[in-house]
Amino acid sequence: MSFPLLTATAALPAVGAVATAAVPAARRTAAKWLALLVSLATLALAITVLVRFEPGGARYQLTESHAWIKNFGVRYELGVDGIAVALIALTAVLIPFIILAGWHDADPLETGSRRWRPTQGFFALILAVEAMVLISFESTDVFLFYIFFEAMLIPMYFLIGGFGDRAHAQGEEAAATQRSYAAVKFLLYNLVGGLLMLAAVIGLYVVAGNFSLQEIAQARANGSLHMATSTERWLFLGFFFAFAVKAPLWPLHTWLPNAMQESTAPVAVLITAVVDKVGTFAMLRFCLQLFPQASKWATPVILVLALISIVYGALLAVGQRDIKRLVAYASISHFGFIIMGIFAMTSQGQSGATLYMVNHGISTAAWMLVAGFLISRRGSRLIADYGGVQKVAPVLAGTFLIGGLATLSLPGLAPFVSEFLVLVGTFTRYPAIGIIATFGIVLAALYALVLYQRTMTGPVKPEVSAMPDLRARELVVVAPLIVLLIFLGVYPKPVTDIVNPAVKQTMSDVHKTDPKPSVEAAK
Amino acid sequence: MENLIALLIAAPLLGAAVLLVGGRRLDRVGHWIGTLLSFVSFVIGLALFADLLGKSTEHRTMTQHLWTWISVGSFHADVTFRLDQLSMTFVLLITGVGSLIHLYSVGYMEHDERRRRFFGYLNLFLAAMLLLVLADNYLLLYVGWEGVGLASYLLIGFWQHKPSAATAAKKAFLVNRVGDMGLSIAIMLMFATFGTFAFGPVLSHAGDTSQGKLTAIGLMLLLAACGKSAQVPLQSWLGDAMEGPTPVSALIHAATMVTAGVYLIVRSGAIFNAAPDAQLAVTVVGAVTLLFGAIVGCAKDDIKKALAGSTMSQIGYMVLAAGLGPIGYVFAIMHLVTHGFFKAGLFLGAGSVMHGMNDEVDMRRYGGLRKYMPITFITFGLGYLAIIGFPFLSGFYSKDKIIEAAFAKGGTEGWILGGVALLGAAITAFYMTRVMLMTFFGEERWRNAPTPSPAEPSVEPAAETRGEHTEPHPHESPKVMTIPMIVLAVGSVACGFFFNLGDRFLHWLEPVTGHSEGHSPVSTWTVTGATLVCLVIGVGIAWAQYGRKPVPAVAPRGSLLTRAARRDLLQDDFNHVVLVRGGEHLTRSLVYVDHTLVDGVVNGTAAGFGGLSGRLRRIQNGFARSYAVSMFGGAALLVAATLLMRAV
Repeated sequence: MSFPLLTATAALPAVGAVATAAVPAARRTAAKWLALLVSLATLALAITVLVRFEPGGARYQLTESHAWIKNFGVRYELGVDGIAVALIALTAVLIPFIILAGWHDADPLETGSRRWRPTQGFFALILAVEAMVLISFESTDVFLFYIFFEAMLIPMYFLIGGFGDRAHAQGEEAAATQRSYAAVKFLLYNLVGGLLMLAAVIGLYVVAGNFSLQEIAQARANGSLHMATSTERWLFLGFFFAFAVKAPLWPLHTWLPNAMQESTAPVAVLITAVVDKVGTFAMLRFCLQLFPQASKWATPVILVLALISIVYGALLAVGQRDIKRLVAYASISHFGFIIMGIFAMTSQGQSGATLYMVNHGISTAAWMLVAGFLISRRGSRLIADYGGVQKVAPVLAGTFLIGGLATLSLPGLAPFVSEFLVLVGTFTRYPAIGIIATFGIVLAALYALVLYQRTMTGPVKPEVSAMPDLRARELVVVAPLIVLLIFLGVYPKPVTDIVNPAVKQTMSDVHKTDPKPSVEAAK
Repeated sequence: MENLIALLIAAPLLGAAVLLVGGRRLDRVGHWIGTLLSFVSFVIGLALFADLLGKSTEHRTMTQHLWTWISVGSFHADVTFRLDQLSMTFVLLITGVGSLIHLYSVGYMEHDERRRRFFGYLNLFLAAMLLLVLADNYLLLYVGWEGVGLASYLLIGFWQHKPSAATAAKKAFLVNRVGDMGLSIAIMLMFATFGTFAFGPVLSHAGDTSQGKLTAIGLMLLLAACGKSAQVPLQSWLGDAMEGPTPVSALIHAATMVTAGVYLIVRSGAIFNAAPDAQLAVTVVGAVTLLFGAIVGCAKDDIKKALAGSTMSQIGYMVLAAGLGPIGYVFAIMHLVTHGFFKAGLFLGAGSVMHGMNDEVDMRRYGGLRKYMPITFITFGLGYLAIIGFPFLSGFYSKDKIIEAAFAKGGTEGWILGGVALLGAAITAFYMTRVMLMTFFGEERWRNAPTPSPAEPSVEPAAETRGEHTEPHPHESPKVMTIPMIVLAVGSVACGFFFNLGDRFLHWLEPVTGHSEGHSPVSTWTVTGATLVCLVIGVGIAWAQYGRKPVPAVAPRGSLLTRAARRDLLQDDFNHVVLVRGGEHLTRSLVYVDHTLVDGVVNGTAAGFGGLSGRLRRIQNGFARSYAVSMFGGAALLVAATLLMRAV
């Protein structure tokens, strides 16, 4: 038996989480370094996965399979396709930056506060989330996936509720109240989604007799497993609902602005750049493979909801007064693009959507983490409390602008490639939807540049006049992310080469081919 | 030789990277690094030009493939450059005029502590524009297209501490984004229709598809061109863009940015040739903008804004010519090049005047400056004669050809377009003479006007940093600024004549753009005569109004049209009321809706099933955590029970 690389990749941060939590309370700094080292070691393993994966090879690679609960046919089955590999890499890349950016976020507060922040817990929880996200990307057993899809809510809940921003206008008491509101809202929304999915998972078991994604998908494809149309649709809806809450898709999105607003910037990045990606990933992997007919049946409605997300999220971002809420609504708009790309059922749409997940993760991390550095300096999340920052902290302002430009998909930066692929992939099949979605690019320019203008330009406000520029640790966080944004914007091939074959298979699962051009000029 | 093409872009791009990342330690040499790399690009351009000239006409297209950029299914985009006669012309204009502007900026920005960064942005601007004209497919062109938008955003808003500059920069980017939307849709249409968006296959197969699709593609390209080239209805950003330092205006108006729209239309000629409806739309946009810009230019007292109106109008001529099809493409580009010389010269001259006048921009506070800044006066004067089309200067040749081509369109359309172009020539003569007279002739109005006028606050920030509002002491600018002005003045005088000698320019570009001789209902000599008559009328009216009588130091109220023209023909007011206010109301009400309705309905629906909303409200009491735990527990039980039942 070969080395269980996938298990190791997910287990390492889990073990690291336990170890970090076990560091004595007084040795805070040691705990931080331990967490950082574990996340870097996990990154090394993820890179090994990336290297060992052969883009042209079998659909699922590096597979592991063990019987787990024999009576119920639950297996511990892991395996990755190109889409999963890309997202594993994204997760493993982002976590070290999240840890480094949150280096001081969980330090004990100064004397006089009644809240104690267990530093060890903060970093242990981040690693725990990483472990669960990684194994969700790896599992090819529906039940195994479900367990971790749900279980990651627990550490996330504590991260949101227990480690809020220090910036709050109404004081510590009000902050704690709002934090727990946000945390509970996050939990309940996702639990409701999870419960519906659980029902569907059980239903699937009743119909198929096992939980293996590969077996069921194969049986569906060769006709040996027949599902009544209505059964398939109900099961699809159960799965889709859970993923749409997590993604989040309009109108199930309202938990996200609360959660991102109240949590610290690194945790907000963890939510939107990492955890939410499990939702869109699962749509591609489970909804389309297990329920191809139902997926096609639901496509028109989903596309319209995605379109609403794009425009609505962008418009709401324009109207926000809170920096973090603005980023949250921008993310909702971007998730609309991802879901639209998935359900456009073209290779450009789906490859674009996968690439979009990766690029959105990087660009949001860059934008939001710099926003977090800004907020921690001034102690306020309100846009109106800033002005003229570029004069006193030009590097901070410059990196914040680059994050904003990535968010508005400036060509040359990574998000442009994915956004254009999604748009063109949608347009070839649904021209009207593709054209309306294009309005999203104008609105994105509006919210990104208005935020920059209001915070960074104009006369220097007295409250920000002594603001220090980015520190070395903060530069170490931001600079590599910017380099990645530029690199993947100019040369996205490493990602698309991995993703393309997997998308090709997904397309054949749903029996779809790309629309043909009317004139064959390319030949 | 083709391996040199990438270096054209790489040189200024390297400059931008070094200057922007390099930090303060480069402050002392940064401007020279930027200028040097710009000149390097120009020299490479000259070498490539010499190489092209040495080849026979049909072998003058070179391509350089660097790497595959995006490849998904049949969607394929390469980083490939194409250098042919059309892009070569642009390369020389961009790097040549661009380098002169770099040189001028060394002097103009001498006292600005962020000069290094300014040169980084200038280099970025050149790199983006070069990418735009050298790309071999529309998607790569799009990268340059938006790169130009980014560079203009950074430069217009260079003095970010001024809210007006920051607003103008954002406005320029946003209005351009609306145009970019057109380019996106055009590329998507091309991909859906042809399966590719590379120039070669799309343009050679343009005739193979339906006219409806081609018209749609053409109109979307026109929308894109309107944004970048400040054509009606997307012209509103250009006037505000004057918030940037004056060399930026020269760069935007002459060498880069606004010429991009004309390039796009001429490059896509094969599409427009097969879509007459789209072509007609192009000519209409050009004709309307031609008059719009000219009228606005007549009413402005701010020297830079008057010149901005003029740019809009001159680009209108080019767009009009590009809409006429093969008969006009060459002349659109020829006017673009000659305009590049004289408009860059005029803007640098305006900057030189401001430099010597405490950064005053209000022409009502100028007057009689010819004595104090003779070089500026002569170079500006030559640019002035060139733009109004004084016989045998550059503008005379290029504009005449456009007017003639417009008449040659034939039918009523031909008479209308030709008439508009002639009328435009008269107005051009009027507003440029007005600028000339108000600035360099007449009374020295700055002597008794020590306070800045409230209506047109000084655009440059130096009013508060470089000195008080004392009486200015007009003086000539340093050599580093006057030399570029002299070079450009020589170009403004000579290049039209040179291009026209033996129809050189025509024969050079013909292989790319194609050419057809039109049948003008009026003879060439009649057109030239009519244009000269228009010129004399325009100059005469301006003389009567601003030369014979003293110019009032405070603007008179003026007619309804004058007042509207001062406000850019009310387009900004329209935008403000409809788009800005309307948008604010929309987003605000949506924020409310999201907070109450969407959130409420979703929570409420859930409450119907499980009392979610009631629980949410009780969070503060600490019930929620226990509820969540019980929900988890319940879920676990449910799983266990179901599985157990099945197992049994």
